[in-house]
Amino acid sequence: MQQTRSVELGTGLFVLLGLSALFFLTTQTTGSSDFSSSDAYEVTARFDNVGSLKNRAPVAMAGVTIGRVTSVEFDPQGLDAVVTFMIDARFDQIPDDSDASILTSGLLGSQYIGLQPGGSEFYLEADSEIQFTQSAIIIENLISKYLFSQGSDSGSK
Amino acid sequence: MNDASDYLIEIRDLDYTRGHLRIFKGLNITIARGKITAIMGPSGTGKTTLLRLITRQLVPDCGTILIDGIDIAKLSLKDLYILRRRFGMLFQNGALLTDINVFENVAFPLREHTDLPNRLIRHIVLTKLHAVGLRGAADMMPSQLSGGMARRVALARAMVMDPDILIYDEPFVGLDPISMGVIVRLVRKMNDALGISSILVSHDVQEIATVADCSYLISDGKVAASGSPDELRNTSSDLVRQFMHGMADGPVAFHYAAPNYAEQLLGRDAE
Amino acid sequence: MFREAWLTFIDFIRTFGALQLFFLRLLAATPSIFFHRFGLVVTQVYNAGALSLVIIMVCGFFVGAVLGLQGYSILSKFNAEDSIGTFAAFSLIKELGPVITALLFSGRAGTALASEIGLMKATDQLSAMEMMAINPLHRILVPRFIGGVISMPLLAAIFSIVGLFGAHLVGVGLLGVDAGAFWQQMVATLEPSDVYEGIIKSIVFGVVASLLAVWEGYNAVPTAEGVGRATTRTVVISAIAVLILDFMITAIFI
Repeated sequence: MQQTRSVELGTGLFVLLGLSALFFLTTQTTGSSDFSSSDAYEVTARFDNVGSLKNRAPVAMAGVTIGRVTSVEFDPQGLDAVVTFMIDARFDQIPDDSDASILTSGLLGSQYIGLQPGGSEFYLEADSEIQFTQSAIIIENLISKYLFSQGSDSGSK
Repeated sequence: MNDASDYLIEIRDLDYTRGHLRIFKGLNITIARGKITAIMGPSGTGKTTLLRLITRQLVPDCGTILIDGIDIAKLSLKDLYILRRRFGMLFQNGALLTDINVFENVAFPLREHTDLPNRLIRHIVLTKLHAVGLRGAADMMPSQLSGGMARRVALARAMVMDPDILIYDEPFVGLDPISMGVIVRLVRKMNDALGISSILVSHDVQEIATVADCSYLISDGKVAASGSPDELRNTSSDLVRQFMHGMADGPVAFHYAAPNYAEQLLGRDAE
Repeated sequence: MFREAWLTFIDFIRTFGALQLFFLRLLAATPSIFFHRFGLVVTQVYNAGALSLVIIMVCGFFVGAVLGLQGYSILSKFNAEDSIGTFAAFSLIKELGPVITALLFSGRAGTALASEIGLMKATDQLSAMEMMAINPLHRILVPRFIGGVISMPLLAAIFSIVGLFGAHLVGVGLLGVDAGAFWQQMVATLEPSDVYEGIIKSIVFGVVASLLAVWEGYNAVPTAEGVGRATTRTVVISAIAVLILDFMITAIFI
């Protein structure tokens, strides 16, 4: 009987340890837990160019993540990109004339959406669209613009 | 009906081939109810294979095996397991489960097949262990037992479900004379006291002679001779005489089939 | 020669088919054993899981520690030492956790299963059960199979967590990476699908490693040599199967 009890004890400990490890893995190591879709509202914004923005990219205001991108789609009518993102329902007082821009974290980091607050007295709510947007900065375009302006400058002199 | 009550097991025209080796060619054996039937034969004639065929651990190529008039080849797995509960089998080395002690080994079939309360199981197991004289060894592990003791425990386990048929596979091999005597006595006692039928596979002629009611000698895939031990001993057949008296050469040759000795020795030089 | 190769091929296909049928027979018996003979399963979870805990934790710790060192030396070339947490977590949770655990599991628990079952066969214990009208497939094989399948994902999760701890110890404690950056970077980049990939892998590997161990033991040639060979084959075939399946599952998730 003594042996059976130690087997049961060992098994119980092992399974508890394993399950808590699994629980830790699924909840603590990913960014999903700080934000669930049940208490969030969806907002859209149109961009001429989204760069390499991906699903689940963070949406930040003043550098703090307040939501996540849920879809990036091409609109064949407007010939631009429609980005849908979720914002945590706790932040329900964001002015509706806020400005959304696609920014890059670090020089080569991943891209995210940054919101700049506007001055309106009305707030963003579910399914509203952000009017003021600024596209991703494409490094190649920047470089070519710089080169061209260099060229035209020297040409005029 | 008369036929069925006299013969418990009937084997008719049994053929069995393993690999390229034809082990049985038209074997016919009948095993009488309530008697001890011995099956003898030189090593390698497939005696153990025959036991496995009777219990359908193997399936014959051809021929039928009837137990109580039922063709076992036609049984479903479920019915086969029901039939097997009527068997008790003693394996060559006991085949005790090595991770549980003697008591639990004997209790194993009861725990698997019945919902008897622990008190009753204890009672039954101790009775059976007492019958084989090993009640005192109940708490030992199989690895602590001698060969003879392990076989006696296995016998107690084979008996615990009160079978109709007890099968012994080489029960006398590798035992000292005292243990051998104990097993012989137990085989006889179990058979007579409980009215069961026993099948005994062995090549120990002396022990068979003291215990068996009827014996078959198998050679070359067929029954070479049958009858009581005395009848076999006094037979005129060379093969039977060779086996019963333990002569080195005879119809079963001392030499395994080989090319001509002189040719093979000299042939080396020629190459 | 050609004929021989063809026969070997046919033989391989037949063995493979037999393995699938064997798997189905195990699965068919699994629910009834799990609910009616839970005690048997507990014993096997103990044998396969609890007894593998030490080796899994020690190996996990050192694999994590090595990832910390290697990650630091590579990432510091890009001034990205802060990503060491991401690096270790990705490697451990998606790849090394399930794969190394599966390899260790087949080496520790799989061989134990195969040799135990092989020896039971060689000493006629399985035949004896048959003769006691007890199906050894149900009584012996299925509980061991279930025990392995339950243990493996738990072991892999423990391996990953201990590995992360090891990487943290080396990265933060030894090499001076900021502890906040270590976790924050990891949490920000790791997605639930990465974790699910690791868990799915560990479940699949658990099924495969347990199945192969039980199969090899049950089909061992019942001699001392045969049991030894079955044990070796368990490790070799499990390792090959695990790595091939790892490639396939990774390809699906990408």
